[in-house]
Amino acid sequence: MSEPTAMIKNSSRRRNHAIAMTFIYILLILIAALMLVPFVWMISASFKMNKDVFTFPIEWIPSNPRPQNYIDIWTKIPLLTFIKNTAFLTVVVTFLQVLTSSFAAYAFAKLQFRGKNILFLGYIATIAVPWQAYMVPQFMMMRAWHLNNTHLAIILLQAFSAFGVFLMKQFYEGVPTELCEAARIDGLSEYGIYAKIMLPLSLPAVSTLVIFTFVNTWNDFLGPLIYLTKNELKTIQIGLRMFISQYSAEYGLIMAASVIALIPVLIVFLSLQKYFVQGIASTGLKG
Amino acid sequence: MSRDNTQLAVKRKSKKALRSNLVAYSFIAPNFIGFCVITLVPMVFAIALAFCKWDGVHDIEFIGLQNFKDLLGDRVFKKAFVNTIVFSLGTVPLTLICSLGLAILLNQNVKLRNFFRTVSFFPYVASLVAVAAVWNMIFSPSMGPINMILSRLGVENLPRWAAGKDTAMITVILFSVWKNMGYYMVIYLAGLQGINPDLKEAASLDGANRWHTFWNVTLPQLRPTTFFVVIMLTISSFKVYDQMYMITQGGPGNATITLVYDIYNVAFVNTPKYGYASAISMVLFILVLIITLIQFKGASGDN
Repeated sequence: MSEPTAMIKNSSRRRNHAIAMTFIYILLILIAALMLVPFVWMISASFKMNKDVFTFPIEWIPSNPRPQNYIDIWTKIPLLTFIKNTAFLTVVVTFLQVLTSSFAAYAFAKLQFRGKNILFLGYIATIAVPWQAYMVPQFMMMRAWHLNNTHLAIILLQAFSAFGVFLMKQFYEGVPTELCEAARIDGLSEYGIYAKIMLPLSLPAVSTLVIFTFVNTWNDFLGPLIYLTKNELKTIQIGLRMFISQYSAEYGLIMAASVIALIPVLIVFLSLQKYFVQGIASTGLKG
Repeated sequence: MSRDNTQLAVKRKSKKALRSNLVAYSFIAPNFIGFCVITLVPMVFAIALAFCKWDGVHDIEFIGLQNFKDLLGDRVFKKAFVNTIVFSLGTVPLTLICSLGLAILLNQNVKLRNFFRTVSFFPYVASLVAVAAVWNMIFSPSMGPINMILSRLGVENLPRWAAGKDTAMITVILFSVWKNMGYYMVIYLAGLQGINPDLKEAASLDGANRWHTFWNVTLPQLRPTTFFVVIMLTISSFKVYDQMYMITQGGPGNATITLVYDIYNVAFVNTPKYGYASAISMVLFILVLIITLIQFKGASGDN
């Protein structure tokens, strides 16, 4: 091949590449816009008067911003109570979930005992059963124990999922068994091995479990909808939904409340994002 | 050596085994007891309840297959069943194509990759109530910006979106794709990164262009990922409820009622019919079970 043709070929290939990359960036920017526009619209509308929310063409930056919405919303609905309830539930559920499932996962991954397979089968068998298929008898059971309209019901509902056990077991199986053997020879009890070796090692898996449980509990809707009917017990999602159906024309206030409901999850997500992505990539499971 | 000693050793050994069993059980107990009481017991109860009549006040009455016979003549249930399938047929392929496309774009050597990935993930982690509220406003038939733009573009019969009988389902499907594609994109991204780069190199040395490489190398290599994504998407689409609840309230005229919506209505709205609700639950369970069995079969076939 003579040199000029090679050069032409090379430059045309480079040009093709440049065209392809431009195309890719245009598509990516379009998709990013599609993902973000509703959020931008939400923030923009939360600073507007009701009558200005739907002005067209869209006024992205309100000409006279109205932060009053963010003050009024706290008195219109007991938002602070809703947030406190949700925060309480989320923290307790996340704590219990991490503690009990990492505990159980250690035994399933590293200990030999009778009935191990049968017990584990109990967890596997439930994968195919959606919660929605047994939520009715579960509610009847909880009501018989007078647990409807208590936070305890939501905690019990969320804290013992099979998901946590699977996630932690998978991680622990990747830890070399020799590590446990060595610790046993050094005289460490199984509890010591769990607390001093396995738990510290499994911080990435724990972070994944924390962020999944946090997001799921914070955003949970159907559970609190069925169990919590008293205002003082409601979570932010139910409270927000109640507000939307009562004051459907209070657009500015609805958007302000929505922004407030989104912020905690976005903070947790942005700070633990790495583990979230790793968690999905390695297990692909969903709560 | 005497037999006594061996017996003693056996005894000691079994004592040790018992101890280590007990230690293991103590690890499992906190989670397993909770899991049993809260999950396993109601599951079994759900099956029994499907053959009973119960309003929560009077005694439970065993009625055999009557609930299931009633289902056959129940127009709302039939509508809910068909809608659930329609919703699946709409969301599964659309979400699949969108998330795969996005993953392929992000798998190129692009700058700001993390930014784009994070942004596509926002809708997935965001509170459903909040984003549904915005969605409802943006797609508002009379005032929303979407219809304003359409009318500027000269569209005459503006779609009524969530309020229209024919468009309500499409609106929820679009919303669902928007909300969930980021999640499946991450799964695809992991799949794409697992593909051996040598394969692509070999293909391009053989003179294959990007398109050929995609069809003949990337896509076949992604088969297990795609299989997994289809299963996950199908199962979660069968369980759909809250998206309808917040965007269309199941309407207009039951146009977007789903199986879980029907279960909720029958059990918790109006006079409760717990047995009947459990019978609908069994239908949902069987649908999900079929998909799960397909998954098990597919997964063992791959190995």
